Amino acid sequence: MSTSEDKGLLRFLTCGSVDDGKSTLIGRLLHDSRAILADTLQAIERTSARRGMEAIDLSLLTDGLQAEREQGITIDVAYRYFSSGRRKFIIADAPGHEQYTRNMVTAASTADLAIILIDARCGVLTQTRRHAQLAALLGIPQLVVAVNKMDLVDFAQPVFERIRDDFLAFAAGAGIGQAQFVPMSALRGDMVVDRGEHLHWYDGPTLMEMLESAPAAAAPHAHPFRFPVQWVCRPQDAANPALHDYRGFMGRVEAGRVAVGDAVSVLPSGLRTRVKAIEIGGEALVQAGAEQSIALLLDDDIDVSRGDMIVAPEQPPQVLRQITADLCWLSDLPMDRARTYLIRHTTREVRAKLVDIEHRLDVNTLERMPAERLVMNDIARVRFKLAHPVFADPYVLNRSTGAFVVIDDSTYNTVAAGMIVADADAAA
Amino acid sequence: MNAPLPTLRDDTRLSHLDWLEAEAIHIMREVAGQCARPALLFSGGKDSVCLLRIAEKAFRPGRFPFPLLHIDTGHNYREVIEFRDRRAAELGERLIVRAVEDSIHRGSVVLKHADESRNRHQSVTLLEAIEEFGFDGCIGGARRDEEKARAKERIMSFRDEFGQWDPKNQRPELWNLYNARTHVGEHVRAFPISNWTELDVWQYIERERLALPTIYFAHEREVVLRNGLPVPVNVPLASGELTSPPRPGEQIVVRRVRFRTVGDISCTAPVESDADTVARIVIETASTALTERGATRLDDQTGDASMEQRKREGYF
Repeated sequence: MSTSEDKGLLRFLTCGSVDDGKSTLIGRLLHDSRAILADTLQAIERTSARRGMEAIDLSLLTDGLQAEREQGITIDVAYRYFSSGRRKFIIADAPGHEQYTRNMVTAASTADLAIILIDARCGVLTQTRRHAQLAALLGIPQLVVAVNKMDLVDFAQPVFERIRDDFLAFAAGAGIGQAQFVPMSALRGDMVVDRGEHLHWYDGPTLMEMLESAPAAAAPHAHPFRFPVQWVCRPQDAANPALHDYRGFMGRVEAGRVAVGDAVSVLPSGLRTRVKAIEIGGEALVQAGAEQSIALLLDDDIDVSRGDMIVAPEQPPQVLRQITADLCWLSDLPMDRARTYLIRHTTREVRAKLVDIEHRLDVNTLERMPAERLVMNDIARVRFKLAHPVFADPYVLNRSTGAFVVIDDSTYNTVAAGMIVADADAAA
Repeated sequence: MNAPLPTLRDDTRLSHLDWLEAEAIHIMREVAGQCARPALLFSGGKDSVCLLRIAEKAFRPGRFPFPLLHIDTGHNYREVIEFRDRRAAELGERLIVRAVEDSIHRGSVVLKHADESRNRHQSVTLLEAIEEFGFDGCIGGARRDEEKARAKERIMSFRDEFGQWDPKNQRPELWNLYNARTHVGEHVRAFPISNWTELDVWQYIERERLALPTIYFAHEREVVLRNGLPVPVNVPLASGELTSPPRPGEQIVVRRVRFRTVGDISCTAPVESDADTVARIVIETASTALTERGATRLDDQTGDASMEQRKREGYF
């Protein structure tokens, strides 16, 4: 693949209800893009035959763990890779079972695009609405609605159009942004990678064409500069006097751009300085943009540590000692209101105490319900009080500086995922 | 009707290799930032060669904030061991080697028979090294595309005091917020190149002009054909000793081969190939019909879940 053809990387997830053909679709994408190699295919053929199936069961590609094979279900998010020749793809494969909201949230957190599968015989279901709403809540910028199993409705155009109109009617009411629609048969292969022979009336792009041309929307270059400091490099190499005063602040640009000579400010101190140099691995760059891992050298000798943030001085993030957030509880131990938790936000870790549960979201209806406690898979709007401030943007504006995870400080397990909502009252 | 396709912003997008590299640097710095005593597993193989380059990009002009660690089964190709030592010396970084042989002497590894593959016993020696040095984070070069159980593993993968991986009890991993917190005795395995494929690794090696042990490139080698795979025989070890004798009745032939994956002599087979440069290997990898493990590993084919089982026991 030459660099000029390299369309970067696209991360997407597939969702839908049980038995809508999600595993078959992933199998089809991998198979028709020739990402499945002969020995893997032979292993699947053997297993399919052993289970008495006539055709190859492409869903066997995606269920990897012993328990999954035993129970015939998918229990965790898996990541899969394929390439179309124009682009590399990472699929976050999240299980469709209703009790696994947390897995969908996990898969959605890094996705640029979501494919929502609908069984053409069933149309828009509760599960479809739920997944579309979760995708919107997680800020996935692009939605593709794949109307699958068209072979079971005689490839009828009116069926596709009715489902599309149903979806659009509900999406308009639920504040879900634009979506693309494609009719397909993952089983037979129509409109997935190849156009097939049964959907002549459809003249839009195939699913693969949509994936190839979708923008990798994750890089927020147009946003104000945000650089959480991960690591401070002070070589102090006795043998090399040139390095004696070297102080590089290392991290990943989470938003915006930075160039040598730019004015920046450092949080929490608020001190201002200029960028003296930008490096990767000791080699100089003139500028850097979102998602690049770099080292920044500054004009002035300012004290900066891991957990601090270097930002655009005219458009700083909010400095918050209280945060209001949409929280998805991930742990099978319910949230304990009496305890303090750790919050990891960018490279910062702070103690946090729950102040209030404003409401719990019914993910099926988006209705706001009162709640006293949170259990696994609950999504709720909560307010935390923090022991130290975090430097945050609302999640809708910045998926990096707006997101955090909650860690149980006795087990050190990750127990919740949070998305900060804009809240004027929350400022310190 | 369908919404119009949004236009691409070619000026601002990282190439897929740049993106993968930036992600890997970020992960490695998180290990350094969160763990008190990390180590980087360096075997001399192609994946760990990429890890070393990532570490240079992450921490230079500073030193690596971790030593390199190799668990030597004693059955490694001489070229790989020589390369391992040379590379560590060039980088000026500390290399720790711990040997399965020593675990056998201690009695913590008991072989069923002398010529049994030592590959799975590496787990024991690794856990002993983790305990000896108090490592709380081990950076490794495993990739999710290698194997089905790997596809389910976290980038920051929690291990208990026994080094065990529990696929049903993994920490959820969201955005790029990694959780490497552990109690004393526990540790994380961190996989910065989780999202890379075999082809990405070769493209990266090509782009960065990384040196590799010579056995990755096509060369003539004495093999026997065992279950259709060319199995190297009479291989000289770094000690000078010859290992992997042919079995009775097997006929030695010379084949032009290269290694797609390099591990213990007893369980890695080369593939027949004429690819003697990285550029040729990239082309061959892009068009191969066999997976890396399917073509080359003698130990992964024993069951659908053999990798999962070994990982549960503390394998990398």
